[in-house]
Amino acid sequence: MATIAIKVENISKQYRLGQIGTGTLSHDLNRWWHKVRGKENPYLKIGEENIHEKKGKSQYVWALKDIDFEVEKGESLGIIGKNGAGKSTLLKILSRVTGPTTGGFKVKGRIASLLEVGTGFHPELTGRENIFMNGAILGMTKQEIKRKFDEIVAFSGIERYIDTPAKRYSSGMYVRLAFAVAAHLDSEILIADEVLAVGDAEFQKKCLGKMKDVTTEGRTVLFVSHNMAAVRSFCKTTVLLRNGSVVMAGYADAVIKEYMLSGTTDNQNVKLFSPPIHISHNAKLHSISVYQPGKSLNEPLSIDFPVIIEADLEINEIPPGKSYQITYLFKGDEGNVLLVTSSIMDTTFSINPGRQKTKCLIPSNFFNSGTFYIAFQFVENRNTLIFREEDIISLILIEGERPLGSWMGHTPGFLLPKFEWSNEPIM
Amino acid sequence: MIGKEREEQWDIVVEGGKNKLSLKFEELWRYRDLILQFSRRDIATVYNQTILGPLWFLIQPLLTSVLFLVVFGGIAHIQTGTIPGMLFYLSGLTIWNYFLTCFTAIANTFVTNSGIFGKVYFPRLVMPLSKVISSLFVFGAQLILFLGFLIYYAVFHVKGFSFHCSPYLFLIPYLLIVMGGLALGLGIIISSLTTKYRDLSYLVTFGVQLLMYVTPVIYPLPSAGKKRMFILANPMSSIIENFRYAFFTEGPFHWLPLVYSSIFMIITLLIGILIFNKIEQNFMDTV
Repeated sequence: MATIAIKVENISKQYRLGQIGTGTLSHDLNRWWHKVRGKENPYLKIGEENIHEKKGKSQYVWALKDIDFEVEKGESLGIIGKNGAGKSTLLKILSRVTGPTTGGFKVKGRIASLLEVGTGFHPELTGRENIFMNGAILGMTKQEIKRKFDEIVAFSGIERYIDTPAKRYSSGMYVRLAFAVAAHLDSEILIADEVLAVGDAEFQKKCLGKMKDVTTEGRTVLFVSHNMAAVRSFCKTTVLLRNGSVVMAGYADAVIKEYMLSGTTDNQNVKLFSPPIHISHNAKLHSISVYQPGKSLNEPLSIDFPVIIEADLEINEIPPGKSYQITYLFKGDEGNVLLVTSSIMDTTFSINPGRQKTKCLIPSNFFNSGTFYIAFQFVENRNTLIFREEDIISLILIEGERPLGSWMGHTPGFLLPKFEWSNEPIM
Repeated sequence: MIGKEREEQWDIVVEGGKNKLSLKFEELWRYRDLILQFSRRDIATVYNQTILGPLWFLIQPLLTSVLFLVVFGGIAHIQTGTIPGMLFYLSGLTIWNYFLTCFTAIANTFVTNSGIFGKVYFPRLVMPLSKVISSLFVFGAQLILFLGFLIYYAVFHVKGFSFHCSPYLFLIPYLLIVMGGLALGLGIIISSLTTKYRDLSYLVTFGVQLLMYVTPVIYPLPSAGKKRMFILANPMSSIIENFRYAFFTEGPFHWLPLVYSSIFMIITLLIGILIFNKIEQNFMDTV
């Protein structure tokens, strides 16, 4: 049986909304009066679920409610959820920055938490002094830091600036030095919050590599991130939080899927037009949708699957000598046209009288992740534009799965095609 | 039985709602390097980018002493016995300032460090303790200033002053410990309370000023007359009086008040640590 490294038992955290200070004394006295009479804290009963959008009745909300899970030794657990789901509060409690209102947790081993890199860094101190300062804050002894000093400096890659005050550092150097210290902690458990959102591509790769080493060394990692590509490749198990409660816990793939599904409450991938749009005197557009074959309609679209743009067209009659084509223009955030595809190019395709679904298949591994705004054009006889609708639908593509150990940041560019690679040995 | 053994293996156990009263000395000992790191940081960075740098440590007591000399000596005619006025005020201010720098820094612990406290865990008591140590540096600088004046007065017999070395000088480290302990104890009590009730911090800045006047910093204890006992009830008084006695051997050495101050210090310190440890778990939510 694997040993449990962290055991979280019914952790709840209550926060008081509004101005702290107004009425504090009266609430404190009331709490104390209940305690004196041996009664429960009256304010623990009245908290509400933490839903940000709704205006609640109670002054007290539960940022976390009955969180219960276990982490095995050597396991790397991802914690995901929307902003405000309680991820950071949970990490804060586990790293003992703040205490739970009720419930508790038990830990085997030392915890090092990285809620922020470079805690305690002082701009006036040199890199060398800051390494010792930061290391001590994270719980290392002076001896430990001395032993690892060269390794830390080498990892950070700022050897030349080590005796320069940190205020002269670029923000990148600052972060690299800070992460270098954190990465060399000897603790059995590492708690990291979005640390990967910093630094350049090369350094991010280094960080993730280091994080992976950490897990293979048999250390336990709790990892909060919005970078699904990183969570998916790096964490075996994942916990999904929503409004302060655990919605789902289990294997990363399944939990991430659930998270992605829950994100899209109103479906952006299908546009129904009622009444249908008249795109010519004899044709109507009923709906347009983007989807991936084999996935359900409300699932997010990922770049490693083919995408179909489907237009539901109805044409009454096609006069002789006339033909119709569809053109899609893909535009970026700034409205610039990135690429155009049209059925003009495909002579085997034709739009027939009656109602039909015209499908345009974009192969897998073609677009990069991001949002594309699609403009729809209806063309007559391959040369005359008769209808144009800007931003008729948007195509939102998310990252696909990447091989373990590869870089997890966002790749620039709007295309990310998978070309064929080969090599021929030279004799 | 097995289950019970497993329970005991946990290294960290946190339970909400139930704050145990404990002193947590072991944990503090594990973080001793951090205490020194913080003290060093305080000293290294406090007067960075000022032109006069650490000289400010000296200018402040010097100007204050001169002011006292003019106001209390010149205008109010408060006698300072056989001790020359300048030496009298400077000696009192040197030890009093140690209390003042410690206490004000510690009283604001939670407020000034909320950033770092919000990001990482270490025993919060590390911060106040580091202040006690870093304030020693300020004290050292001011002591050197005082000794400089003492030597000057003794060598040139200014105002007929002569210096006699007394064995009581060896008691000064002990006086410092009691002073530091008092500042720590009172400081952490105040800092624990200010997390929720900010009004206190205003009261404190004002209160410390008043406290100086019921401490024999600007007048010798005998001049208090019948209110002597009232002044001695202030635990700082015996330390300042004895600190002066060590240098000037004038009047009696206050043994009993010193014992009183020591006991007072231990009790405040214990109460302070208990309150502080109780509050530290959840202070982030209120600060």
